[in-house]
Amino acid sequence: MKYDVVIGLEVHVQVQTATKIFCRCPNRSGAEPNTLICPVCMGYPGVLPVPNREAVRKTILAGLMCDCKIAEYSKFDRKSYFYPDMPKNFQTSQYDLPLCGRGYVQIAGIGFSGEELPAAEIGITRIHLEEDVGKSTHFGEYSGIDYNRAGVPLMEIVSEPDMTSPDQAYAYLTVLKQAMQYGGISDCDMEKGQLRCDVNVSLKPAGRTELGAKIELKNLNSFKSVHRALESDIERQAAVLDGGGELLQETRGWDDDLGDSYFLRRKEGDDDYRYFPEPDLMPMAIDNAWLEEIRAQVPETPEKRRDRFVAQYSIPEYDAGVLTADRPVADYYEETVNAGAPAKKASNWIMVELMRELSQANVPITESPISPTALAQLVTAIESADITGRQAKDIFVDMFKTGNDLETVKATLNIVKTDDSEIRNWARQAITANPKPVAEFKEGNEKSMNFLVGQVMKASRGNANPQSARQILIEELGKS
Amino acid sequence: MADQYVHQLSPATLFDAAAELAAGDATSTSLCRQLLARHEATDNILNGYRQLESDAILEQAAAADARRSDGKPIGPYDGLPIAIKDNIAVNGQPCGCASRILEGYTAPYDATVVTRLKAAGMICAGRTNMDEFAMGSSTENSAYGHSCNPWNTECVPGGSSGGSAVAVASGQAFAALGSDTGGSIRQPASFCGIVGLKPTYGLVPRYGLVAYASSLDQIGPLTSDVRDAALVLDIIGGYDPMDSTSIPDTRTGFIDALDKGIEGLRIGVPKEYFDVDGLHPEVRQASEAAIRAFSDAGCEVVDVSLPSLRYGVAVYYVIATAEASSNLARYDGIRYGARYPDTDLMSTYFMTREKGFGKEVKRRIILGTYVLSSGYYDAYYLRAQKIRTLVRRDFAEAFKSCDVIIGPTSPTTAFRHGEISDPLQMYLTDIYTVPANLAGNCGISIPYGTDSSGLPIGVQLMGDSLCENNILRAGHWLMESGKS
Repeated sequence: MKYDVVIGLEVHVQVQTATKIFCRCPNRSGAEPNTLICPVCMGYPGVLPVPNREAVRKTILAGLMCDCKIAEYSKFDRKSYFYPDMPKNFQTSQYDLPLCGRGYVQIAGIGFSGEELPAAEIGITRIHLEEDVGKSTHFGEYSGIDYNRAGVPLMEIVSEPDMTSPDQAYAYLTVLKQAMQYGGISDCDMEKGQLRCDVNVSLKPAGRTELGAKIELKNLNSFKSVHRALESDIERQAAVLDGGGELLQETRGWDDDLGDSYFLRRKEGDDDYRYFPEPDLMPMAIDNAWLEEIRAQVPETPEKRRDRFVAQYSIPEYDAGVLTADRPVADYYEETVNAGAPAKKASNWIMVELMRELSQANVPITESPISPTALAQLVTAIESADITGRQAKDIFVDMFKTGNDLETVKATLNIVKTDDSEIRNWARQAITANPKPVAEFKEGNEKSMNFLVGQVMKASRGNANPQSARQILIEELGKS
Repeated sequence: MADQYVHQLSPATLFDAAAELAAGDATSTSLCRQLLARHEATDNILNGYRQLESDAILEQAAAADARRSDGKPIGPYDGLPIAIKDNIAVNGQPCGCASRILEGYTAPYDATVVTRLKAAGMICAGRTNMDEFAMGSSTENSAYGHSCNPWNTECVPGGSSGGSAVAVASGQAFAALGSDTGGSIRQPASFCGIVGLKPTYGLVPRYGLVAYASSLDQIGPLTSDVRDAALVLDIIGGYDPMDSTSIPDTRTGFIDALDKGIEGLRIGVPKEYFDVDGLHPEVRQASEAAIRAFSDAGCEVVDVSLPSLRYGVAVYYVIATAEASSNLARYDGIRYGARYPDTDLMSTYFMTREKGFGKEVKRRIILGTYVLSSGYYDAYYLRAQKIRTLVRRDFAEAFKSCDVIIGPTSPTTAFRHGEISDPLQMYLTDIYTVPANLAGNCGISIPYGTDSSGLPIGVQLMGDSLCENNILRAGHWLMESGKS
């Protein structure tokens, strides 16, 4: 390509805390509009903010996970602009002394488009902590505002303009999301607005140092749409430049259905937000003892966890890679194994059966109706031949539907372990009723044994263990 | 006839009222009725209150009396009323900051100081008039009309806590809460011949005080004497987890310190305070007389220097307006208060703020917006903050050689309504009070004599941070000595 692509990302991540950043309202989504509010997060006359220590801790943790330099001295600032979803008409944010300074993350592997992605470091400019604003909804004639989200702690993670392709941007987002999930900092569910992403992309003739006009893309609702929007806008910008046209700094919106972007507004110079230090909050001194305490909480990276899974549980590297890609999945797996499940079998059941059911039901693994303990019971029962593989599948489906444990489901489905005397009866009946296959077996035809086992299984309505059936058939045939 | 509305010559105090309650010589109901009668007789002229609900007050008084007759009063001050400035939140009461833009707004929570008063059994009785959003020095900038000085109704009571000063000085309240950002408690106290205390920044929680300039605002009492000031400070002061700027170190027992007298207190005289153009000779003489009184009583009097005084007002009006421009951004007609709807969102903002705010408030918002704008920030806001550090250093240096700094509270006594129309001239009336806010230390205005036209003169005593005891002791002694 005759143009160099320069991409930088601004990612907003809601920090998972029990309460909001400056008041004690619960920090959660999905409640009825304007039910999680108080005078403080509504910016009523006379209220004052009290900072949430946990939000600060998690922001520092995020910084440590991105190798950021953590500020010894940090403060909040007010960012002024008028918008109805912002209760005070200023946002308490951080200007010149963010909690986390320069850092980086590493990307590698196969890119979203399927091509090899060479290992690269993507610089992080800063991570700062601020308050989220409310949410406006427009109903044609009027607008409604839900302030439940106002005051939710929000991190802004600004990358260096280090990315040169949509694949890199996608990989960067994936790594960031993994880190946030691993640190317990955020679930990063984009559908719930827990992660929001603005993209800056510019093109310049290959080799030139001077940057081209910065185009900001907004309304990107998934990592996939980030990738698509970037591909589309790089193409658009290249076409303009090819045609001898000029690009001006502007903000564009992305329409995922149309697969195209549209002009939103021209940007001329920087907006004047009249930042000044928040006089209602004291500056924060991050003392070394606390920083070390947080440093000790930095979780293992997905890569390290994958290697540990291979070593500790003797599962194939492929399994370990799949399981550790999402922290909740990896957590689920470890809980299942810790509850006594055989490691490889547990891995199979989670990767195949559980993932399929979850994705069909569109339920995250953290809300799986089958708990790790319940799954461990099931897998253990198969291993110890208490139930058959076929029974296990029926039980699994019912467990997923009802959320009940193994014993309850077995009772509901009327699954009882068939004892050997019953199998022996069925075996004798099968031998008596099928003299021809019996004779063939005795002549050395193994396939005939399969037929006889099938007869026993049929008589047991699938409840007999096929191994037991085979064993008993051989015993009985030996007698005659 | 102005005399008809004259100040209480021997005003009742919370302290005395509490003694009467304890002795059974009065009930909460009788005390409240006495104040309400005074209100009835005077306030249609004085306009000290923007709202006073006598039924609600008497209801609470009756409840307090019932507790006392059951032998279960909440405490010695159970059932005593106190007036509240219209910028301090009392749950269920209007909290309008004397502004049109908060018309119809009712506070949905109690300020921490109000919670503490209520916990002591006190009754929040009436909302006192003020300059809109505490911006002013005369209580002429109120959407509810100006208040009048009880000593001469043609004069202003000072401001911005003018209504609180009027209520106490005219016998409509034993005590009142005010707020002081650049002198708004001390100056009206001085104009109305009462005591006004601005505590150390961070001693009294600001949670529930509608912010004008967050880094300068402080709630404090306006009272008839120093004992009441200490009494109220004992109730409202102390650390509050709801206010991140409140000082964890909590000290009380201010009332007990008064009896220590003034022995050992060193009195500092800042020469710059007496070199100000426009310092009225009679005001100067009152301060000089007070200095002599301390000297005669055996206090060491030392010369100190506060050279940054000349920058105080300028620095104050940069910092205060910058913070105000941000603090007042929330009044947009969207969530509460008055809304003046227009065709679209932007026009509704404009219309609401155009009609809702008064002239002085708009002036300060524009000034504050300007000084924070990119390209001007360094020259104004940043530089003002640097000079603020110098003001602090001046005080720190001065307090090495003295315990109390003495000077006038205001260059003049109460001026006439409409007499000062130039805003800059009005700002200069705060010259002596602004430094304590910039430095964050404490100050008190003590009534000390009257001028030739009979208007009260105030003397200001300033103390180091958290050294309220020094100025309360000195103020108490000065006031008592003046009586004899």
